[in-house]
Amino acid sequence: MTEPLLTVSDLRISYRNALRTGIAVDGLSFSIAPGESLALVGESGCGKSTTALSILRLLPGETEIEGSILFEGKNLATASESEMEKIRGNDIGIVFQEPQTTLNPVYRVGWQIGEVLRRHLKISAREARERTLELLRIVALPDVERIIDAFPHELSGGQRQRIVIAMAIALKPKLLVADEPTTALDVSIRRQILELIDRLRRELNMAVLLISHDLPLVSQWTDRAVVIHHGQVMDTLASRDLFRNAKHTYTQGLIGASLRLDDDRSCNQHRLAEVSVTRQSDGSFNYELRRPNPPATPLPVAEPRQHGLAVNDLVVRYDRRTAVDGVSFNIPKGRTLGIVGESGSGKSTVARAIIGLVRPESGAVSLDGVRLTRFSGTALRSHRKRIQMIFQDPFASLNPRHTVQRILDGVLVANGISDRLERQGRIASSLDHVGLPQTAAGRHPHEFSGGQRQRIAIARALILRPEFVLCDEPTSALDVSVQAQILNLLADLKQELGLSYLFISHDLAVVRFIADDVIVMRNGRIVEQGSSIWTAPSTEYARALLAAAA
Amino acid sequence: MTLLSRLGFLLLKAVPTVFIVVTLSFFFVQLAPGDIADYIAASSGAATEEGTSALRESLGLDRPILEQLLHYYGTLAQFSLGQSMRFDVPVTELIAARLPSTLLLVGTSITLALALGIAAGAVMALNAGRSKDRLLSAVTLVLYSIPSFWIGLMLIIVFAVQLGWLPTGGAEKIGSRASGFSYLLERGRYLLLPSLALASYYIAIYARLTRSSMLEVIRQDHVRTAVAKGLNRWQVSLRHIVRNALIPVSTMAGMHIAGILGGAVVVETVFSWPGMGRLTYEAINARDYVLLLGILLTSAFVVIIANILVDLLHRVLDPRIGARA
Repeated sequence: MTEPLLTVSDLRISYRNALRTGIAVDGLSFSIAPGESLALVGESGCGKSTTALSILRLLPGETEIEGSILFEGKNLATASESEMEKIRGNDIGIVFQEPQTTLNPVYRVGWQIGEVLRRHLKISAREARERTLELLRIVALPDVERIIDAFPHELSGGQRQRIVIAMAIALKPKLLVADEPTTALDVSIRRQILELIDRLRRELNMAVLLISHDLPLVSQWTDRAVVIHHGQVMDTLASRDLFRNAKHTYTQGLIGASLRLDDDRSCNQHRLAEVSVTRQSDGSFNYELRRPNPPATPLPVAEPRQHGLAVNDLVVRYDRRTAVDGVSFNIPKGRTLGIVGESGSGKSTVARAIIGLVRPESGAVSLDGVRLTRFSGTALRSHRKRIQMIFQDPFASLNPRHTVQRILDGVLVANGISDRLERQGRIASSLDHVGLPQTAAGRHPHEFSGGQRQRIAIARALILRPEFVLCDEPTSALDVSVQAQILNLLADLKQELGLSYLFISHDLAVVRFIADDVIVMRNGRIVEQGSSIWTAPSTEYARALLAAAA
Repeated sequence: MTLLSRLGFLLLKAVPTVFIVVTLSFFFVQLAPGDIADYIAASSGAATEEGTSALRESLGLDRPILEQLLHYYGTLAQFSLGQSMRFDVPVTELIAARLPSTLLLVGTSITLALALGIAAGAVMALNAGRSKDRLLSAVTLVLYSIPSFWIGLMLIIVFAVQLGWLPTGGAEKIGSRASGFSYLLERGRYLLLPSLALASYYIAIYARLTRSSMLEVIRQDHVRTAVAKGLNRWQVSLRHIVRNALIPVSTMAGMHIAGILGGAVVVETVFSWPGMGRLTYEAINARDYVLLLGILLTSAFVVIIANILVDLLHRVLDPRIGARA
């Protein structure tokens, strides 16, 4: 085996600043060979990003780093600031998660790439421009003469990420650190970016350290994977063995919770594995894997005659832009319709129009044959009770100053339930449904984790006993293991309460698991529908979307 | 939108603003007791009742207020600011003689305030929480809370009276024959204290604003990117932190131009600076509303033009603005 390029041993990192204190990385060791691609995998807060940033020493000043980070024989944990300046951008490049914010908004992108060249090579601005144009071609950007003089806001997310990559590989570094490089991007662009990084890795013989929470992605794009939890290594294994030979219970739990497009599970017959981690009194962690079974009661078979929720030729315009352009579908009672599409496809706007958050320009939304779009005021309110919504971000969708009790009670009061005892009873039973303890009522949203908050949001939606629940990316902001719990919960509730869902997501695997029927949206229109798209997509776009997600 | 059409749009938008300024000011002046005739009568020392009312009649002050206003609009419609009642010369002439020195004072003050304020704010932000930050915070708090006329008086006492380094007032040496560089130096000596007095409050504001907006920028991801490129501390601070923090500072500076122009009235009086400020003071004293309205109108124009310039500067500083509009 060749000498490793980077060897991290017994790394310990603790934060000491105003925003965060405590141990983030706790005795982490791994190494990367030249040209190898290694993944650090784990859920949020496991210390994977902290580790990535520590290699380039990009952590806030008050952070303590112990252990060693040997890069070509030099310990980066103790190197001086001026030594680090020579290594950054030169020997080690880095790509960050949010292409939206990684670039300085006030400078032209070409200038920003050129800055790396001018800094390390001491070349003239003119020469830097020539080389920047070449770099833009390497990262396969179109129309480079125009893009070099563009400002970041004039480019798309994918284009911006290519700029960041061009910046990171400008000086042919030996190591590229990629911190969740595709998490903020659309599915179809994700694949292109990962392909680009992989191609550059081979062409420049550069090692890649990929930080990710996405197990299917890691198993496909890297050589080896290091699974991390609470700053410690759980498992180190070849990436292709990730889904077959995971040793540690935690890794097995993550695998069981992860959904892949080809694993053909459906919430009508299956539940996802749930891994629970508890901290014991001596400080060690206990990992427990649970594989719940769906309840035995058979699903009530939906009669096709029942109307359910029907959307007819819906058109929504924002200013001059058409967000939804003639969309029609029908959700029979007890069924789940999934909508997939990339950002800007109009999928969220459909849900917003159904529930009345935006006014459609034309078209009709009807419930059991009654047209909702015709009503307003009180008449509409009585129908609205029957349709509720769960939003994407459980951090932003709950008022931080209200207790859970007040959040839930407010919904009931607003809908004219004046009997106090009845309201109490309903709050108690809805907390029960979503698996929260009764004591949760007295607490504020910030006292809960992301998954628990999403449970509160679900309780808020269920408390009016709706028939239809619109779920707008309800698990996108959550970790894999939490996503599994929420999806299991939604599946249980559907069976238990006979709910119907409209489930909106950019994640095809999640939609395939949860939905009975599916439509694919693009630019405000439906491009394809029906569950045949999973096996035999008929349109080019659906095929591309599936290929990108596989 | 092109730059030129944007400019035209802003100027057009200014017309109703100016109209409202003129009309409101006209009524406010009427609220003050007495008129120019009383003033002239009082300063002559021996005026008769008949003489005063004859004066009033000749100036048109005996007419109904609305008629006077319409008459004033009529003057404006002929692109004239009218005849000063106090000095009996065209208002434009009076203003033209005073405007340049006020613009010099105000311009110098804004430049000083921005330069010192941004520098102090940058030092504070880069040393946040440490002794340099604390010391400068204390200094800015003092500058922020002391009125400019008092600072002016103290500057005169210390630097002009006690130390004798700089002149106590005026704009230039009477009968001076200095030219070239020595002329500039001489003007600078007269300009330094009044512009410092006028700038002091704004130095404090820009220092605090720069500090907080830099602390905001430091936390942003693109600064981390700049460090990851291998740039050194100075390159990161100047190119990627200070540069971005200038955007909110320039917004505020644009809004302050009117305030600084107003502050000039007081400072010019303290330093006997021959500018519009003192002319305003004289106009109010004499109840010379034609002169006063002329000054207000000119000031409003100066502020509007300055704001247009800031608006254009803003577009250069923040390329995202053009896209949003």
